[in-house]
Amino acid sequence: MSSDHHDPLLAHHFDDMEQQFDTNKFGMWVFLLTEILFFSGLFVAYAVYRSNHSDVFEYASQYLNTNLGALNTIVLLLSSFTAAWAVRAAQLGQNGLVTKLLGVTVLCAFGFMAIKAEEYSHKYHEGLLWGGAEHSIFKVDTNTVDPAVAEHSEYWSEVKELPPEFRRQIGIFFGIYFCLTGLHGIHVIIGIIVILWLMRRNVRGDFSPQKYDAIDLGALYWHLVDLIWIYLFPLLYLIS
Amino acid sequence: MTTTDPSVNYLNHEKGLRSWLMTLDHKRLGLMYMWSTFVAMLLGGSFALALRLELFAPGQQIMSKDFYNHMFTLHGAVMIFLVIIPSIPAALGNFVLPIMLGAKDVAFPKLNRFSYHLYLTGAVFLIAAILTGGLDTGWTFYTPYSTSTDTSVIIAVMGAFILGFSSIFTGLNFIATIHKMRPPGMTWFRMPLLLWALYATSVIQILATPVLGIALLMLIVERVLGVGILDPALGGDPVLFQHLFWFYSHPAVYVMILPAMGVLSEMFAVYSRKQIFGYRYIAYSSISIAIVSFIVWGHHLYVSGQSTMVSVIFSAITFTVAIPSAIKVFNWIATMYKGSINLTTGMISALAVIWLFGIGGLTGLWMANLSTDMHLHDTYFVVSHFHFVMVGSALFSYLGAVHHWWPKMFGVMYDEGKGRLWTIMTFIGFNITFLPQFLLGTRGMPRRYFDYAPQFEFLNKVSTIGSMIVGLSIVMVFWNLLRSLKNGKKAPANPWGGVTLEWQCASPPSPHNFEDAPTVGDPYDMSQNRFVSDEEGYVPVTPSENDPYVYQVKVEEA
Amino acid sequence: MSNTHDEHSGPGHVLPMKMLVGTFVALLALTVLTVITGKMSLYGFDLSIAMLIATVKATLVAMIFMHLKWDRPFNGYIFLVAVLFVGMFLAYVVADTKEYQPDIKGWTDQQISKPASE
Repeated sequence: MSSDHHDPLLAHHFDDMEQQFDTNKFGMWVFLLTEILFFSGLFVAYAVYRSNHSDVFEYASQYLNTNLGALNTIVLLLSSFTAAWAVRAAQLGQNGLVTKLLGVTVLCAFGFMAIKAEEYSHKYHEGLLWGGAEHSIFKVDTNTVDPAVAEHSEYWSEVKELPPEFRRQIGIFFGIYFCLTGLHGIHVIIGIIVILWLMRRNVRGDFSPQKYDAIDLGALYWHLVDLIWIYLFPLLYLIS
Repeated sequence: MTTTDPSVNYLNHEKGLRSWLMTLDHKRLGLMYMWSTFVAMLLGGSFALALRLELFAPGQQIMSKDFYNHMFTLHGAVMIFLVIIPSIPAALGNFVLPIMLGAKDVAFPKLNRFSYHLYLTGAVFLIAAILTGGLDTGWTFYTPYSTSTDTSVIIAVMGAFILGFSSIFTGLNFIATIHKMRPPGMTWFRMPLLLWALYATSVIQILATPVLGIALLMLIVERVLGVGILDPALGGDPVLFQHLFWFYSHPAVYVMILPAMGVLSEMFAVYSRKQIFGYRYIAYSSISIAIVSFIVWGHHLYVSGQSTMVSVIFSAITFTVAIPSAIKVFNWIATMYKGSINLTTGMISALAVIWLFGIGGLTGLWMANLSTDMHLHDTYFVVSHFHFVMVGSALFSYLGAVHHWWPKMFGVMYDEGKGRLWTIMTFIGFNITFLPQFLLGTRGMPRRYFDYAPQFEFLNKVSTIGSMIVGLSIVMVFWNLLRSLKNGKKAPANPWGGVTLEWQCASPPSPHNFEDAPTVGDPYDMSQNRFVSDEEGYVPVTPSENDPYVYQVKVEEA
Repeated sequence: MSNTHDEHSGPGHVLPMKMLVGTFVALLALTVLTVITGKMSLYGFDLSIAMLIATVKATLVAMIFMHLKWDRPFNGYIFLVAVLFVGMFLAYVVADTKEYQPDIKGWTDQQISKPASE
């Protein structure tokens, strides 16, 4: 409605900057809703198995390293903090600071993935995998377990004494564990790409206090990745 | 770009394949969706005819058992994912929604283009699945069969996954557009009812489709890595997959039918030249259908091992869907009462839908009922029921809507006589095809078998003959439309007398839809325009001419 | 580092630095708390307490880091709708599977008792 139709920051189909900002943000929230529902399927699977086999989940949770999980939580919280701070810096036009803060966020994201990789490789080494995996020690029939894994896995002597159905359900626990953390990890990787792209655009000088939508939306996405981890951590690592 | 030259429109202002494939214009994207759905419809339709030919007589006719399994799976997958789900929401919605809002484009044009590219990618995956070993799981991909069959499940599932995201992004775009880009003066309750329907549809798309995404992803992981969550051999629970699948796929049924209902609300008002009856009730019923659609998915699991307690709850809620659906039908009938009905091809389709949706909807109640469903589940009764709803109602509305907006899309009039004839023929053929299937179902003929007991032969023959009539008539409907592009009469801006904003811009619209911002009024006040013979269409009337008496005299003069 | 809003001329709400840091510290403290309570035995309330702490943390992130407190309320409603639908989905499926567990138990036992059949 206003005369600023030739403002290069304003797309042709919007009336003014406020409408554009509002719409972008609205769209992002709707996208976050789809993300939550995307994860919901796995949360439902988790809830189904936990409610029907709570003893299995309590037992299996001890195989996860609580300290590494907690450390990862702190790393992600820190990255969320710097992302939120980056939005503030962008609003105030402190573009140099924006680059640094986004850099810290990306570093944290890489740190998270590194810790995750450490956990995964440990699980693989010990045969703590879902029942269908070749390397898994959680097979119904103990004879089908790979002898090489059985030999070096420190858990094998204990696991092979468990009742078969119990053992099989631990396999399901690890199936859910790998699906949930794996899907979350994919989101972290996407987040890394998004934030690197934002850094490049910021260095190029695309952002100003009038137009910083992309940073705001990128940060919203990153906070959601954090939010999901906030639930995953106690659900997977802290079952006593 | 900005021009007032009336010969420049969105169809001809840029040329070349690239200008179409890389366009950000919602109108061009809408048209490309439309042509894509037409091509897919011919593909899926020919699969259907092949199925019917196989069933012409008991025993093997033209294909093997395995090939039959591939055929019915692909018929379902192509028709659902490539035709019906993108038909009205993506094809017509893209074209009409922003113009109805008086906007220049949807909220996120680049995302809109991305949706279409995802749609094409998904289609390529589905076709690749056909070429690399086919698919015989049924379009529902139930585990554990889908994790053990040696057909191209992974490629097909990835195709469906990608198509799901195409659908999500379209829904996201429409919700943001309706929320944030309504023009001044267009409050929620002055929106055309098609927008309400598209809004409700989009809500379903964004809330339900992600769950399909995760269900299909879990299926892929299950197949590739053997995670075991859905595999009973590893201690998993296959019913969980059905829950995940139907949490999406039942609401998806309403992704198909809700926009069709929106289109009908527009057509009944325009072709009766009368204010829509019960505007608010139609709007509310769209929203309530969208919400209720999420808590009825369990009626697909009555015989899958779902517990009795949950089945009873789902059964009870399923019955309530009948209430908002019936409200709509009653309101459409009341809209026609004492209206001045114009029996165009669009209106004939709309009237056909009242019959078809009536049958499709009411037979749904038998299956909502637990005890009768035990008998009818997985028989031809179900097949016929959902064809009445998904083809009879959704696809007929789509065809009617394509006729309704065809002059606006291309600026030409189709041949009305032939349009009527072939639409009526489609309707007759459809009833011949599917009414016998209700009888077959109640007598116990199961679905998804390539053979049947001899006593079912007569009704199957009738059904096959009907399907041939449908096939021929649909081809003729398309042919009639295509021919009009070449030698159709030039269309006026407003051939039917619609009051919604898309009838205020030129036919076809200019690249930015409106040269001047349109004025927003009551979308169903038909006294805002009148027919002028010279224009062969309707033109707006100024308030001074708005006297009913003057109006009648002028029409007689002309 | 100024906390005034005046410098900011564009759209959106600027978070004061104090609030940013305060939220971060609170989130860290809650993480420590949830680890401690997770290691204790809380007589069957373990899950509820862990979920309660997680929800407090999630609310902090959503309200402050994600600006929901100052944003248009509708964006918050979108978020709530998502949570509501996930909750409903979860409740139905869990109720159903719990209900039919006794029905499938016999089959599971039978399958287990004949190992190496797969």
